[in-house]
Amino acid sequence: MLDFPRWRVWMLNTLIILGVLCAIPSVLPTHIRAQLAQFVPTPTINLGLDLAGGSHILLEADTSQLAETRLEALEDSVRTAMRRADPRIAISDVSRANGQLSFTVDSPTQVDAAREVLLPLTSNATGSRDWNIGVNDGNRMILTPAGTGDETALDQAMDTAKDVIDRRINALGTLEPTIIRQGDNRIVVQVPGLDDPEALKALIGKTAKLEFKLVDEQADPDQTAQGKARVGSQVLPYPDNPSGLPYIAVRRLGGISGDKLVKADPTFDSQTNEPAVTIQFDSEGGQKFARMTQQNVNKLFAIVLDGQVISAPQIREPIFGGVSQISGSFTTESANALSISLRSGALPVDLKIVEERSVGPDLGADSIRRGILAAVIGTTAILVLMFLVYGRFGMYANVALLINVAMILGVMAFANATLTLPGIAGFVLTIGAAVDANVLINERIREELKRGRRVVQAIEFGYKEASRAIFDANSTNVIAAVLLFIFGSGPIRGFAVVLMIGIVTSVFTAVTITRMWVSRWVKRTRPHDLTI
Amino acid sequence: MKLLKVVPDDTNIDFLRWRSWAFGISLFLMVASVGLVATKGLNFGVDFIGGQMIRATFTQSASAPVTELRETVAKLGYGDPTIQRFGAENQVSIRMKLPEGADKNPELANAMATKITETLKAGHPDVRIDGVDSVSGKVSEELFSKGILALLAAMAGVSIYIWFRFEWQFGVGAIWSLLHDVTLTFGLFALTGWEFDLNIIAALLTIIGYSLNDTVVVYDRIRENLMKFRKMEMASLLNLSVNETLSRTVMTSVSISLPLIVLVLFGPDVIFGFSAAMAFGIVVGTYSSIYQAAPILIWLKVGSHSFVPTEEAGSKAERISEGFES
Repeated sequence: MLDFPRWRVWMLNTLIILGVLCAIPSVLPTHIRAQLAQFVPTPTINLGLDLAGGSHILLEADTSQLAETRLEALEDSVRTAMRRADPRIAISDVSRANGQLSFTVDSPTQVDAAREVLLPLTSNATGSRDWNIGVNDGNRMILTPAGTGDETALDQAMDTAKDVIDRRINALGTLEPTIIRQGDNRIVVQVPGLDDPEALKALIGKTAKLEFKLVDEQADPDQTAQGKARVGSQVLPYPDNPSGLPYIAVRRLGGISGDKLVKADPTFDSQTNEPAVTIQFDSEGGQKFARMTQQNVNKLFAIVLDGQVISAPQIREPIFGGVSQISGSFTTESANALSISLRSGALPVDLKIVEERSVGPDLGADSIRRGILAAVIGTTAILVLMFLVYGRFGMYANVALLINVAMILGVMAFANATLTLPGIAGFVLTIGAAVDANVLINERIREELKRGRRVVQAIEFGYKEASRAIFDANSTNVIAAVLLFIFGSGPIRGFAVVLMIGIVTSVFTAVTITRMWVSRWVKRTRPHDLTI
Repeated sequence: MKLLKVVPDDTNIDFLRWRSWAFGISLFLMVASVGLVATKGLNFGVDFIGGQMIRATFTQSASAPVTELRETVAKLGYGDPTIQRFGAENQVSIRMKLPEGADKNPELANAMATKITETLKAGHPDVRIDGVDSVSGKVSEELFSKGILALLAAMAGVSIYIWFRFEWQFGVGAIWSLLHDVTLTFGLFALTGWEFDLNIIAALLTIIGYSLNDTVVVYDRIRENLMKFRKMEMASLLNLSVNETLSRTVMTSVSISLPLIVLVLFGPDVIFGFSAAMAFGIVVGTYSSIYQAAPILIWLKVGSHSFVPTEEAGSKAERISEGFES
């Protein structure tokens, strides 16, 4: 048992050195680390926001709204396809309810033709069905969502949303955000060092879906005030309406969407000198915009942002070239935020903030400073005690403990893990386990010596007998850590990760490494008696 | 060099003599804890009940004007705040329920935070806002249920492991002493009114881990002695096992308590509750390994017969741990 072949000694030493090397960058001051990074990789532990200060925002997608959007898109494509079918298929009574789209094919003889038209619309690129087609009463067709259509759509929407948020935050400049998807419909945004997230929230909370719609100038103001619109129109909120009525009726069709922009910049209105936003469409969007303005000169068109009208100017002349200006009651900041949002594209789904945390940098720094102080004092106390109680073997345990700390940090840095407050709890537990392993071994050696065994034999027995308890104790901790990782939420997972890493390194340093040193000492000195 | 002895050699303390008393007292404390939690309730943080918490430090003042703050914030029309000092005298946390409808419209929560922080800054130029936490009802419910689920899963998982590695009685003993430790810690939080948030769940997990570690060490020695001294009476055998592992128990408990005591005394204020919970748990956990986990084996009729039919399993356990050790 005390035999250590040369290759094992080499392997163990290499592991120690690697672990410690990985830990070094994390404990260096930032400017030295930056210099070092030019020559060698410098894996570093991230500090959680609870320690480093910063903002954490959890966004959740409105999934019902996403299903509604899909249904709307389906309705659009169905109407177009039926109109373009040859011969044209007349449909009526189109309704969207309970997540289904249903309509009546006017002539029952065309039902089969209609089904043919629907087939390509209702299946996706991989050939599986997104929508099931059913027929009721001979000519009433019903499309219901099938299989994983909604989930796939959500998945894609969330991926896009993540990219959009990334672009928007990057537009703010020097922040280093972490943006990750969580679960099916959530996105976590963490920005270290930002303790006032107002600007950030204004930026990522907005969907920024821009639309241009024609105002329904025939609408009866009384009806509009009650939220009622004529067929083909809809009523939208318009808080800044000069007429005083906070609503306006717009035509459903004939508008264009503003998602095809190549540019959006804050500017000032040349006449009123108020903040505004200029946008430039891509060529396709520009052509559509030109056509729309050409056909509707002297009419009013509404600029709709996220379902709310921000202004409704008159089209004085056709606008060619695809450049337009949006004015409304902007401030310089809100004009800037809107241009960033428009540039980075609209969010494919509405996101709302369900959790928000911010920690000021002073508090975080204070936590770290006092945390480190406490850790240093506490660890020193352990080291002194271990040395006083176990002498030489206590020294071995102490060096192993220090290597253990370095290795936990090293593995965490290598895995790019984040150290949080609960993570520190996990740290304390693993340090405890490491100390305990050495205490168990040394106490057992003492016991075996007292029973009259010779030194070498007592050491062998000590390691062997203590290993069983160490194995069981650490196995239970591994089980607990794995379960915590599976069932726990964010902070608890932070605890579990440190615990898992720490258990492996603790057993490695406290059992394997100390045994290597002890065996070398035994071989070299052939001790006849041992003070422990 | 003369080495320090934390515990004298060959102690022979009759720990198990007081087992009925200890069990009675523990049972009483556990019932009292449950009663306290039921009547007084836990001071849940926003993590678990939702709402908004603003932490602020009055940098130039010796102590925070809590009474005045309570009135000023209440006047803003968002309802009555819960204001507490935390850590230093000049640090407070202000907790508010989220305004009606904030689940649908996060702007409302935003507006409230802005309004409160601005009011604070206007009245007290020396105030420093250390953090704002806003957790919606839905998320807090999830955090709570996931936290409790993780706690229960961990407790059940390790008990099952112990059942397999030892005997079913040991599994019961382990989960009982874990329940004991966790219940008393809940009781401590109900009694003191310290804020109970997600970090405390992490502290509870640490306590479970440590207490279990302790229990396993004692159980391992009991198993060893059960196989060694088949004729010995159970109470004496448990006493022997506890005494044999006593110096290790004391040494480990002292070592691990040292950094925790330092953390309670000098550590960051934000984690005071967290460190205090862990320090408390270490003491309770050590006690429960000796006075809950061990005596329960007598009541569950573990005896010399226990490891006889499972000789196979025992030697298998040896083989596993040997493989792991080499």
